[in-house]
This record gives sequence, structure tokens and C-alpha cells, in this order.
Amino acid sequence: MENIIINTKDLTKTYKVGDIDVPALKHVNLSIKQGEFVAIMGASGSGKSTLMNLLGCLDMPTSGEYFLDGHNTSKMSKNEYADIRNQKIGFVFQGFNLLPRTTALENVELPLMYDRVDKIKDQHKQAIEALKRVGLGDRMHHIPSQLSGGQQQRVAIARALVNEPAMILADEPTGNLDSRTSVEVFNLFQKLNEEGITVVMVTHERDFASFAKRIVEMRDGRVIKDYFIKDRLNAEEELKRIEAEATIEE
Amino acid sequence: MKAKVILKVATKSILKSRLRSLLTALGIIIGVAAVVVMVAIGDGAQLKVEQQIASLGTNLIIITPGASNTGGVRGGAGTFNRFTFDDVDKITTQSTLAKAVSPVVMARAQVIGGIGNWFTMVQGVSPDYLDIREWPLESGEFFTERDVTSRNKVCVLGTDVVKNLFPNEDPIGQTIRIRSVPFKVIGVLTSKGQSSVGTSNDDVILAPSRTVLDRLAGGKFISSIQVSAQSSEKIPATIEELKGIMREAHKLTQGEADDFTIRDQSDITEAATETSRVLTILLASVAGVSLVVGGIGIMNIMLVSVTERTREIGIRLSIGARSSDILIQFLTEAIVLSLTGGIIGVLLSFLITYLLNHYTDQAAYIKPQVIMIAFGFAGAIGIFFGFYPARKAAGLNPIDALRYE
Ligand SMILES: Nc1ncnc2c1ncn2[C@@H]1O[C@H](COP(=O)(O)OP(=O)(O)OP(=O)(O)O)[C@@H](O)[C@H]1O
Ligand SMILES: [Mg+2]
Repeated sequence: MENIIINTKDLTKTYKVGDIDVPALKHVNLSIKQGEFVAIMGASGSGKSTLMNLLGCLDMPTSGEYFLDGHNTSKMSKNEYADIRNQKIGFVFQGFNLLPRTTALENVELPLMYDRVDKIKDQHKQAIEALKRVGLGDRMHHIPSQLSGGQQQRVAIARALVNEPAMILADEPTGNLDSRTSVEVFNLFQKLNEEGITVVMVTHERDFASFAKRIVEMRDGRVIKDYFIKDRLNAEEELKRIEAEATIEE
Repeated sequence: MKAKVILKVATKSILKSRLRSLLTALGIIIGVAAVVVMVAIGDGAQLKVEQQIASLGTNLIIITPGASNTGGVRGGAGTFNRFTFDDVDKITTQSTLAKAVSPVVMARAQVIGGIGNWFTMVQGVSPDYLDIREWPLESGEFFTERDVTSRNKVCVLGTDVVKNLFPNEDPIGQTIRIRSVPFKVIGVLTSKGQSSVGTSNDDVILAPSRTVLDRLAGGKFISSIQVSAQSSEKIPATIEELKGIMREAHKLTQGEADDFTIRDQSDITEAATETSRVLTILLASVAGVSLVVGGIGIMNIMLVSVTERTREIGIRLSIGARSSDILIQFLTEAIVLSLTGGIIGVLLSFLITYLLNHYTDQAAYIKPQVIMIAFGFAGAIGIFFGFYPARKAAGLNPIDALRYE
């Protein structure tokens, strides 16, 4: 039997704005196995980010349960939450969220600083390896303002990878990028997924969702569709096609 | 997180905003420097007073006429208000504890000799006097018991008198006229510097007590008797003995109050150091206020910095920092800032006291423990005023911190 890494039971999140309750997530039951590549889709306000924040242990649900790698997270303390974020999850944000005035390498080293169990022995080497893996071996000492959007997002992905997490969660990772750069990022995700890392990401564009293996569609805080993709796109081939088109246009 | 990493992170973020860090530390720098310098000035003043009192001679006991509570209650006091050579002789012969005894007869007089004239204090004393005051001669010799009994007209000059009358020649062997009476100069005293009341100890002429009383005192009398005890431990016993001798000499009956006052150095020291200690406390508390103001400055900047760096906190939390990591980071930043400020402040205070000691006549003296206290205080201020902003930062929810605009 395959290893189930994400398993939610009636996961519910209700925000309180003043006296008004804003239900953002309603009884979501979702199960994701190790090695899957899931794209979460849905209209704006349907609760995608809310779900991702709960899966990433960045926020607590109002009710329901979330089992991560078999552990019930609702019974965990704040510190255990922090350690889970550090050890098991790599989170990639739409807005990159890199520390300003801090080099790419230092940004990538950041999660290792909070690694309490000393999982990684040679931290410096590990950070360099992570940057090389995302193709930024030659940009290690650049600060974010000296990098393009796509490069910044790749630094963020390297940071998510560096602690060797069980899964990468990405909330609209290409939302701020042009389509070519986006395909590059998906190419990276596909490669990481082939290496065995579970990837869950949110995207608005159906074209990009086809890079994943499975699509979860949401509406009004509920999962309305959940299916596997039949004709999956390969980002590597897509990149070659874009390049070829560009040469013809010239 | 490991201590080394924490320190590295804290210093890095301090260095990332140099100007802000400098301005923050400035409050502490000025506060610490002010406290150390103020206390140094107070301590310097106290040290000076102590040195001046020590210049009186250790183990010194002074007997002056009149009761210590100078109310003039007793009508007959006036007759006993003056000491006689009988009193001096009785102390000399009867006291077993006194090491040396000397009367002091004072006369202010115009002195002519050398290159001109000089108005100064002539003190009639016994040969023991130099021993009591621990006052060595610079040159020549002091007069003897024989000079006293035969009322010889010899004298010994203080350095101020030498400077004014004999700036270019050796006064020894010369004759000076004190109130027209010729005196032969036989010795010169070493310089003793300022007295505790700010006058010069060296503006003085010493001569045999009986000579001064007979020739210069015209109605003058023995103004005090100075005694030195054998050691400081024996001062109380000596005072007790002197009291008995004096009461008997003055034929005081039981129940009658003393018509003289006996004081020792500790009485004088106590009064003088008390004043300078009050001064020190006053100066230090004024400076302490500025240190606290500096601390509030740190808190203010740290609070602004927490708000400014909310996103940074969110990022750190999202990649697995615990609240305690954030708390320690911000607290460390505050402490590193205040301790660095403390170090610079102490260095600054060294510079200021150096300048004070070299370019003004204000004595300033930095005691090592004052540095330790100022330093400890700076650190405590860092912890105290850094804690609230640090806890505020640590209490943030990761997603709220990340969403902060
Ligand atoms: N912090 C919050 N406080 C109150 N309401 C919130 C908060 N965050 C989200 N919501 C509400 O919850 C609902 C779901 O929001 P969410 O951000 O999950 O949507 P989304 O699917 O990610 O949308 P988008 O595609 O625009 O990013 C929305 O109605 C939103 O207004
Ligand atoms: Mg969203």
C-alpha cells in the first residue's frame, strides 16, 4: 500500500472579521499519497490559499483533523508545528518571501539554522547543492533585488528543498511570473517530483495545471472535483516548443 | 538555535541597518559615559578630600578650647577657654599613650626679609610638631627644646614664604623680621599642598612656641594642643586619657561639662567624605536617568523594528523558527546593541576623564567596579527594554506576519 502523506478529515476554517463569520473552508476531506503531483484549482476566494496554509501548518483549522505523514497535527503544540514546518514541509509563496538584503545562499541556509535535530550535517554544502539543483549555482551571492522574478522564485524553491522535506507546497508559485518563466518553474517541479518529492500547488491556469498528475477543483470552500490527468504535459518539451516558436517569430 | 548562530544573526541584522543601530546605541553610549564620568568626578573629589585629610598627619588628635556644643552655657568658661603651658606640660608628663605633644600658638604677622615683605601665619609649636604632622624638612634643621625654653628667635619657613621672600637665594642663615622682631631662618619645610578648606598649607612660618607667645602674641594664647597617638587603634584610649588629664588640669568637678573639645581625624574625615558621597550619589542619579532614557530609546527602535520586520518574522516562522527563536533573536539584538553601546560609553568616559584630569583642575577617578556596574546596567537595560518588543515579535502568528503589509 502506498504511503498516505496528507489526509484531512472534515477540515474546516472559519475566519472571524469583527462579528461576522467568514467560512473559507467547509469539511474538506482530501488524501494525497507520497510522490503525487497535485494541482489545486478554483475561482478566486474559493479557499485554495486557506487550504494550503492549513496543509503547510502555517495556520490552525477551526475544526476537523489533519494527519501529516500519519501524525495528527491537531494535537500538536506550537513548537511541534514549527518543527513540522522545518522538517517535513517546503513552502513556496506567490510573493517569493525572501529576506531582503540577504544573499541567495543565506536565504537558502535559513531553514537549516532552525534544524533542531541536525538532520543535515554539512549545512553550507547542502545549501550550495540546493541552489545548484535549481540552476542558480552562479548566483549564490546575489541579493534578491539583483535577481529576476523567476530567479527569486527558484531561490525560494531551493530554500524549500534544502531541508529535504517530504513535500513541497506552492501557493500560486508562478502567479508573478511570465508564461515562459512559469514553464521553467514547472519544469523544476516536475523534475523534483520525478525524484520522489510530493508536490501540491495552487494554480489559476488550466494550462499549467496539466503539468501535474492530479487536479483538485474547489468552489466556495469545498472540493467539487478531484481527478487524475490523462494527457499530462511535459514542461521540458513545452520549453523546447516555446523556444522553437520564438526563433520562428524572429 | 546554537548560541553562535544566534549571535551571528543578531549582529548581521544590526549591521544591516547601521545608522539606525548607531542612533539606538547612542542613547546607551551617552548614558553609560555620563554615569561613569559623573561617578568618577564624585570619587575624584572624595579621594582628594581623603588625601588632604591624610596630609594632616595620621593618628592626629586636636584639643581645642571651648565645649563642643558652643552655646556658651557656662559663664565661667571664658577663663578656662585658653590653654596654658601648664596644660601642655601636664599632658606631656602625665600621658602614657601620647607619642608627641605640641601646643600651637597662632599669630598673623607682617614679615620683612629677602626681597620684600609678606603677610603670613606664624605658628608657635614644639619640636614634636613635625612628627605629629608627618611633615619632613626640605633643608636646614628644626628648632630644639632648648630653643623653646630659652625663647630663641629662630624659625622655619614654608615653601610659599620662601617663594615670596627668597625666590632666588637660599633663605637658611638669613634673618627676617616678624613684626620688627628679627628671627634667624634655620630650615625650610617640604611642600604639603592644599588643605581641606582650600588654603595653602605652605604659607606658614614655624617658630618656638614660647618665643611666639612672648614676642608676637600680644594677648594671644595657645589656640590648640596637637597630640599624636601611637597608632590609629590607640586613638580612642588616648582621647579618653587626654580628657581625664584636661579635666583634672582645669579642676572640673563631676557633672561639670568639658570646657575643651577633643577631635581626631575620623571625625573630620567623616564630615568631609559624607559631603562628597552625597555629591556622588546626586551626580550618579542624574546620569542614571539619562541611561534609562537611552534604554527607552532602544525599546522604541526595537518596537519600530518589529513592525518593520514583521514580514521577516513571518518568513522565519514559516520555515520552521519557533517563537522562542524569534524571542531570543530580538532579545539578543537588543542586548548586543546595549552592550556595544556600553563598551563605547566606557571608552568615551575614559577619554573624558583623561581630558578632565589633564586640562582642568577637576579630579576624576574611575573605580573598576563602577565600570562593571555601568556595564551590567547597560546589559540589564537591553534585556529589560528589549523584552517587550521581542515578545511582541515572537507572539505573531506566521500567516498573519506574512500577510502584514
Ligand atoms: N485572514 C482572513 N480574514 C478573513 N477572511 C479571509 C482571510 N483570508 C481569507 N479570507 C476569506 O476566505 C475566503 C477564501 O480565501 P482564500 O485566500 O483561501 O481564497 P483563494 O482561493 O486563495 O483565492 P485567490 O485565488 O484569490 O488567491 C475568501 O472569501 C476570503 O475573503
Ligand atoms: Mg490564494
